[in-house]
Amino acid sequence: MCLGVPGKVVEILEPSRWAVVEIPGVRRRVGTALVGEVRLGEYLMIHAGYAIEKLDAEQAAQSLELWEAMAGAGDPGQV
Amino acid sequence: MQEILARFKDAQLGKVLLRRVREEAERAADVLGRLPVCMEVCGTHTMAISRAGLHGLLRDRVVLQSGPGCPVCVTDQADIDACLDLARRREVTLTTFGDLLRVPGSRGSLEEERAGGADVRVVYSPSDAVDLAAALPERQVVFVGVGFETTAPLVALSVREAATRGLTNYSVYPSHKLYPPALRALLLDPEVRLDAFLLPGHASTILGRRRLNFIAAEHGVPGAIAGFEPLDVLSALLEILRQLAGRRAEVVNTYPRLVREEGNPVAVAIMAEVFTPSRAAWRGLGELPGSGLEFKGQWVAHDAIRRFQVERVVTRPRRGCLCGEILRGKVKPFDCGHFGRTCTPVSPLGPCMVSSEGACAAYYRYERTG
Repeated sequence: MCLGVPGKVVEILEPSRWAVVEIPGVRRRVGTALVGEVRLGEYLMIHAGYAIEKLDAEQAAQSLELWEAMAGAGDPGQV
Repeated sequence: MQEILARFKDAQLGKVLLRRVREEAERAADVLGRLPVCMEVCGTHTMAISRAGLHGLLRDRVVLQSGPGCPVCVTDQADIDACLDLARRREVTLTTFGDLLRVPGSRGSLEEERAGGADVRVVYSPSDAVDLAAALPERQVVFVGVGFETTAPLVALSVREAATRGLTNYSVYPSHKLYPPALRALLLDPEVRLDAFLLPGHASTILGRRRLNFIAAEHGVPGAIAGFEPLDVLSALLEILRQLAGRRAEVVNTYPRLVREEGNPVAVAIMAEVFTPSRAAWRGLGELPGSGLEFKGQWVAHDAIRRFQVERVVTRPRRGCLCGEILRGKVKPFDCGHFGRTCTPVSPLGPCMVSSEGACAAYYRYERTG
């Protein structure tokens, strides 16, 4: 319904308003008013020229660990 | 982070999850006495499922049904016609996301209006439309506001931005939709049979998980908020199938790297500052109370409907186009006599074939065999 692309903050133009993100191969100005202060190197989910939320690297790693543990264990009772 | 995100596409892990989904679907089918029916509400999920070939890999275990989550598809024909009227005004520069351009109204499309000389421009972001209004002070720049909770806050921001910059020539045709009322309508529709929801990842990023609890609490139906990589979709399917097999119903967030319990409070607040929920007409679902957004307070000055006295005239949809039924999950694109014959992406009869997120476009591109 609402296509989003993760982008890495590479430049802050106006704090809490505009930043430049890098989406592999492309750099673009995006609005950051909805996500507050952003830091260089942070990843934002971009929809139609605005960041809608920050990506949480720790949560991302946890999801993967959960699935990898399940794959390794092969136990149908564990997810 | 880039490496972590790449791992969400891991094929090896995908195979393991797929095997688990197939096992769990079998257990759910034993409990239900038939194949479980899971609806992916979001058009981007429809595309992700087709692209990953999941229909073929799961066909014998689970029915994956598309729902009303393609913004262009659920836009009522009367709204398309109203935009065609706006485009015909000499002082108007109409700006829109590209998907809407080729959607047929009752008399032509915006693309045809543009070919006939109307000033219709595709923008990537509502902020581009505001910049255009600044660059063209003698023109009336109108942005067509379609989209769900993900998009509405950005449009609200664009209106505030225009006001801050003193631009009086920017307005919005408000046609946003709120998706929970549509789920409620489907859950109460006796003609629609579904067992669980794969819930939109990005609209739910704005709303948060807690606002979706009613699906399980009031209707006893499981739901999982899902991301858009193949592993995301599989893990969300696994979650809802496990619930069905265990006769449980909860709304679970399987996209925690983005979705929070309370959503994005800034986005919810700006939406509430500029808009108020209103009755809205959906293609396929009809009029639903509280499912749209209209301008409120000082912001009505940016309402294109008021500014240009636009009238919404209800007309009949194209004969034989099943887009409305497809959006309710009643039928699949293959059930439509026009699909792939008189209705193709090159010459679409209805919006489900036009939009890149439409179920018919996804099935046409990925699901045809032979």
